[in-house]
Amino acid sequence: MTTQTQRTNIASAVLMHGALILYTLIALFPVFVILINSFKKRKSIFNDPLSLPNADTFSLIGYETVLKQGQFFSYFQNSMIVTVVSLFFILLFGAMAAYALSEYRFRGNRWMALYLALGIMIPIRIGTVAILELMVSTGLVNTLTALILVYVAQGLPLAVFILSEFMNQVSDDLKNAARVDGLSEYRIFLSIVLPLVRPAMATVAVFNMIPIWNDLWFPLILAPAEATKTLTLGSQVFIGQYVTNWNAVLSALSMAILPVLILYVIFSRQLIRGITSGAVK
Amino acid sequence: MQRTGSRWHIAVFLAPAVLVYTAVMIFPLFNTLRLALYSRIDQERVFVGLENFKTLFGEAVWSEQFWNALGNNFWFFVIHMLVQNPIGIALAAILSQPRLRFAALYRSAIFIPTILSFVIVGFAWKLILSPIWGIAPSMLDAVGLKSLFAPWLGKEAYALTTLALVSVWQFVGIPMMLIYAALLSIPEEILEVGEVDGITGWSAFWKIKLPLILPSIGIISILTFVANFNAFDLIYATQGALAGPNYSTDILGTLMYRTFFGFQLQLGDPHMGSAIASAMFAIILIGVCIYLFGIQTRLRRYQL
Repeated sequence: MTTQTQRTNIASAVLMHGALILYTLIALFPVFVILINSFKKRKSIFNDPLSLPNADTFSLIGYETVLKQGQFFSYFQNSMIVTVVSLFFILLFGAMAAYALSEYRFRGNRWMALYLALGIMIPIRIGTVAILELMVSTGLVNTLTALILVYVAQGLPLAVFILSEFMNQVSDDLKNAARVDGLSEYRIFLSIVLPLVRPAMATVAVFNMIPIWNDLWFPLILAPAEATKTLTLGSQVFIGQYVTNWNAVLSALSMAILPVLILYVIFSRQLIRGITSGAVK
Repeated sequence: MQRTGSRWHIAVFLAPAVLVYTAVMIFPLFNTLRLALYSRIDQERVFVGLENFKTLFGEAVWSEQFWNALGNNFWFFVIHMLVQNPIGIALAAILSQPRLRFAALYRSAIFIPTILSFVIVGFAWKLILSPIWGIAPSMLDAVGLKSLFAPWLGKEAYALTTLALVSVWQFVGIPMMLIYAALLSIPEEILEVGEVDGITGWSAFWKIKLPLILPSIGIISILTFVANFNAFDLIYATQGALAGPNYSTDILGTLMYRTFFGFQLQLGDPHMGSAIASAMFAIILIGVCIYLFGIQTRLRRYQL
C-alpha cells in the first residue's frame, strides 16, 4: 500500500516537473536564441542558429553597428528619466491622496475614492486624441514631461487604491499619540505613515515600472523626436531601419532585453510577492 | 481633537493627485468623446452631431474596416481566453502543490516574457518564425513535422492567430500568478475536510479549489478583455500600422492609430479617430459592466 502511494507520488512529481520544465523552455527559448545569436558572426547565425557562440563564431559586429548608428545611450537615459520621475510622482501623489481618503472623514470622501478608482478599469489610451491636443496646446509635445504627466495620471488610480487599503491598517493610536505630541498632519504623514507603508509602495512601484518602461504608444504619439525617444520606441525604429542587418537587429534586441532582465532579477521577489499578496484583488 | 481645526491639509493631500488625474486622464477622455461629434470643414472645427458615427457605420469604406477590426479583436480575445487562461490556471495548479521543489525558480522563469516589451517580443518571434532564418522550420523538421511549416505571419489565414498566440506566450505569467495567489489563500481546513471525505489530488482541485477560485478567474477574464480591446503595440511592432497582410491583423487599436494619425497617403483625422476611440470606450464599458453586475455579484456567493 505504502509503496503503491509512493510510486504514484513519484510518478505525479515526474509529470509535474516535466510539464513545468517544458513550459519554462517554451518561455525562455526565444530570449535565449536572440541573446546567443547576437554574439555571433552573420554566417553562423544562419548556419547554426541554435549553437552557442565559440571562438570561431564569436563577433561583436552587431553591437558595434548599434552603438555607432543608434543613439542607444540617449534612448536609455530618456527611458530611465521617464520611468524614475513618473514612479516618484505616482508614489508621492498617490500616497498623499490615499492618506487623505483613508485618514479623514469629509463630505464626498466615498465619491472621491470612486472617482479616483474609475481609471483602474478604463485605459488612458482611449483619450489619446485629446491628450495630444492638450500637449500641443501647452507646447509639451516632444518633451519627456508629456510622457511623465501621462504615466503619472495612468498610475495614480491603482496606486491610490492599493495604498489606501494599506493605510487603513496603520494603527490610529500611533497617529493620535503623535497628534497629542503636537506633530502637524504633514509630519505625521511623512514620518509615521509613509515608512509604515513602504512595502505597499514598493509593490506599486514595481507594478508601474514595467508598463512605463515598455510602453510604445505614448512615446510614438507624444514624443517621437530623436532627442526624446525612449528605449522601446528607439529600438522599434532602429530595428525597422536595419531589418536586413541581422547582427544589428539581434544586438539591438539584446540591448533592449538586458536592462529589463537586470531590473527583473533585482525586483522579481518584490514583484511576485506584490502580485501574490493579493494587492490587485 | 484636531478635527475641529483647519481642514486645509485634506485639500493639500488630495490636490496633486486629483489635478493631474483630472487634467491628463478624465478631461481628455471626455474631450475625446466630445471631439467625436465634431468635424473639420474648411479648416474649421464644426459641430456635426452623430455624423462621424454615421460615416463609421454607414459608409462601406469605414464600416468594413471597423467590423473587420472588431471581429479580429474578438478572435484575439477568444484565443487568450481559450489558451492563455487555461494554461495559466494549469501552471498555477501545479505550482501550488505542497512540497514541490524549485517552485520559485519555475515561477520566476515563466514570468520573464511578461516583463519584456511588445517590441522585443514581436521582433523576437518574427525572427524565429521567419522562413529566412529557419529556426522554426528546422525545429519542426527535427520532430518530423516540417510539412506543417508556413510563413505564418505573412499568411492572411494564420497571421492573426499566430500573433494572438505570441501575445499568449507573453502574458501567461499574469493569470498564473493571480491564480497561484488565489490557490494559496484557500484555508487548509477546507482541504482537510475534503480529505476526510476522500477527496484528494486532482479531484480536490476540480471539486473544491476550482469553485473557490472562480472570482479570480472572473478578474482575469475582465483584465484580459480590457487589455485585448486596447491592444496595439504587438501588432504595430510586427506588422506595422497597416496591420497586414491585407488588414488581416487589424484590431481596434491599430485602426484608431491609422485613422487618427494617418498613414502613407491618407491624412490623419482626429475626429474620426475620436469616433473610433468612443466605440472602443463603449465596448470596454459594456465588458466592465457585464463583469461588475453580471459575473462578480454572482461569484461573490462562493467567496469565503
